[in-house]
Amino acid sequence: MARPRMLRLSPRWAPYVFISPFLLLFGVFGVFPLLFSLYLAFQTWEPTSGLGAMQFVGLDNFAFALGDEWFWKSLKNTLWLAVATGVPQHLVAIPLAVFIHTSFKKLRDGMVGAYFLPYITSTVAIAIMFSSLFSRDYGLVNTGLGLFGVAPIDWLNQPGTLKPAVALIIFWRYLGFNVVLYLAALQTIPKDLYEAATMDGAGRLQQFFHITLPSLKPMIYFGVMLSIIGGLQIFEEPFILTNGKGGSDQAVMTSAVYLYRMAFDFNDFGGASAMSWILFAVVALMTWLTNRAFHPKKRPAR
Amino acid sequence: MTHPADGLPARRALLASGLAALLPAGARAQASGQARKVLTVAAFPLVDKIVEAAQPQWRRLHPDVELKVLSRPYADHHTAMTTALSTAVYLPDVMALEQSYVGRFAQGTGLDDLTRPPFDIARHRARFAPYAYDQATTRRGAVVAAPGDIGPGTLLYRTDVLAKAGVQPEDLTRSWDSYVAAGIQIKRKTGAFLIGNVQAVKNILMRSGAKPGEGLYFDKDSRVLVNTPRFVRAFEVARQLRQHQLDARVGEWTNDWAEGFKRGTLATEMSGAWLVGQLNNWVAPDTKGLWRASQLPENAYAAYGGAFYAVPRHSAPENKALAWDFIQMMTLDRERQFAAFKSQDAFPALVDCYDDPFFDEPLPFLGGQKARLLWREAARRITAMPVHKQSTFADEVITTELDHVLDRGKPIPQALADAERLIARRAFR
Repeated sequence: MARPRMLRLSPRWAPYVFISPFLLLFGVFGVFPLLFSLYLAFQTWEPTSGLGAMQFVGLDNFAFALGDEWFWKSLKNTLWLAVATGVPQHLVAIPLAVFIHTSFKKLRDGMVGAYFLPYITSTVAIAIMFSSLFSRDYGLVNTGLGLFGVAPIDWLNQPGTLKPAVALIIFWRYLGFNVVLYLAALQTIPKDLYEAATMDGAGRLQQFFHITLPSLKPMIYFGVMLSIIGGLQIFEEPFILTNGKGGSDQAVMTSAVYLYRMAFDFNDFGGASAMSWILFAVVALMTWLTNRAFHPKKRPAR
Repeated sequence: MTHPADGLPARRALLASGLAALLPAGARAQASGQARKVLTVAAFPLVDKIVEAAQPQWRRLHPDVELKVLSRPYADHHTAMTTALSTAVYLPDVMALEQSYVGRFAQGTGLDDLTRPPFDIARHRARFAPYAYDQATTRRGAVVAAPGDIGPGTLLYRTDVLAKAGVQPEDLTRSWDSYVAAGIQIKRKTGAFLIGNVQAVKNILMRSGAKPGEGLYFDKDSRVLVNTPRFVRAFEVARQLRQHQLDARVGEWTNDWAEGFKRGTLATEMSGAWLVGQLNNWVAPDTKGLWRASQLPENAYAAYGGAFYAVPRHSAPENKALAWDFIQMMTLDRERQFAAFKSQDAFPALVDCYDDPFFDEPLPFLGGQKARLLWREAARRITAMPVHKQSTFADEVITTELDHVLDRGKPIPQALADAERLIARRAFR
């Protein structure tokens, strides 16, 4: 009888034991790297010499990062991509969600699934597929354009076309995610509102602008916030599509790609850590600005 | 009250029995690991195969020690080695390193100096290709890795395309000017491009004419050397080639690049001798017999990669001597060097096997040419260039500035001045 009692958890500790797996994982893979990178941001370090080789350099890394032309270049690339992928995503997702919501009954899930599929597809598979689609001499895109007499374009090797190509891929990939968000929000809008509006003689366009859009505002706020945070952290697509380099003229070397390269290609972990914290500050600032722009606190409670 | 109390121990018993089933298996694995000594070697593709092929010989040498190969993809391997060295955990007993990483890792103190006991590589110095040995030698005189194979640079060309264009092979190599002129003729007569990408030409030319002891981008005092005649010439020749539209503007290892070889739209390519094996095995096997090899234009000699073996300083001390045995087997043993050469086109770094008749054998892919003699010559003549901590960054800056010159018509002096400024900014980081 003694053994089972020994194994029994006291109610006092049970909750902590049950959440401990998460806390442990979060501690190891979340908190520790965070603190370590903060520490590294103030050190200079030749990593292959071991942990003992770190030397404190104060704010040197931050000064270097802020004066580094390539860091600013990468920030510009990031902002460009964030805007070029974020804005169209929402401008297309909202009407598309409304269209799916109103026009599809039985096929609705299938439609949503089709748009959502890219989101859950492996980035590597996507990159391989698009790099062959965008291939200059043998790609489907250029073959298609060739039918209209357009000369072959070297999509992935010219800075001018690489950026839009990557933006298109990211747009394609995350559109479905936003559609799902807006579809969920659309289902919560009471039908009576539309019925009343119809009685008052409002057309579909008026209904969209005066009922649908205002009701979607909280979800737009949420979606835009996610897009900004995600947009400023774009990494996978340009990384894989350009073999981890950022492409010709570093055209799609986003800040996230650059700071990875700083550490693992250019051997500068201290500089990379400082940059990652500056990037964090930028993300925080943009999030705060979005927050201000949407005034979520003054939003009428529904 | 009784019901749940009864249920709980039952479930717990089930859980315990599950654990019991798992535990002995783990314990068993551990026990067997302790019984036999294990030497771990971390490697990346093709080197992993070369090491695996050495298993029988290793078993003859050390029947009581298991040779374990940890293989990861190229980039992952080197990232994993960086991490393992930085934290000094999960270090293998021996790590394979690609040439560019040897210079980089030599900046730190994470690798053992192979000139010190229990190692004694210095005694064998004359047996290695000189540049490969020098490449692994740090400024302080430590040798941090032993060369396993090397990549002597070569010019490959299509005889059928040349014949159609009326161009002689000597026209390609006499001088860079004649190389460009030959390219113009080839393009006009056959429509084929001279080369995949002009960056390859720049990479060779910027090495040519460096003073002894000079690095590619930095001198020994970390002064930046990119605003010098050798870079100006490299940029000029590259620009000339592009102005005549002689390069296909494809990146190496891309689909378009491979297609160019298959379809014969690339008349020449400059790369390591190992490219012949790659073309033969999978890139363009149908072009067998159409290719020939020569030295690079103007008798330039350059190295394209190569694999080295190193011992981490913090690896298990009791395995150091074994690790050295293993490295000697891989790098100083004719049998192993030739096995790697024959199966993976890994050109031997071991000079004292260069007298073997194997070098005189004709290569079917090159139409029976005895090209190994050329590469043997190159291997002896290539010189090492000291690697700087910022070499990778400098490399990228130079490539980008050349792109600016080629694509946007940026003046060469301005491009090199911009590159110098960018590189100098981190010369001492």
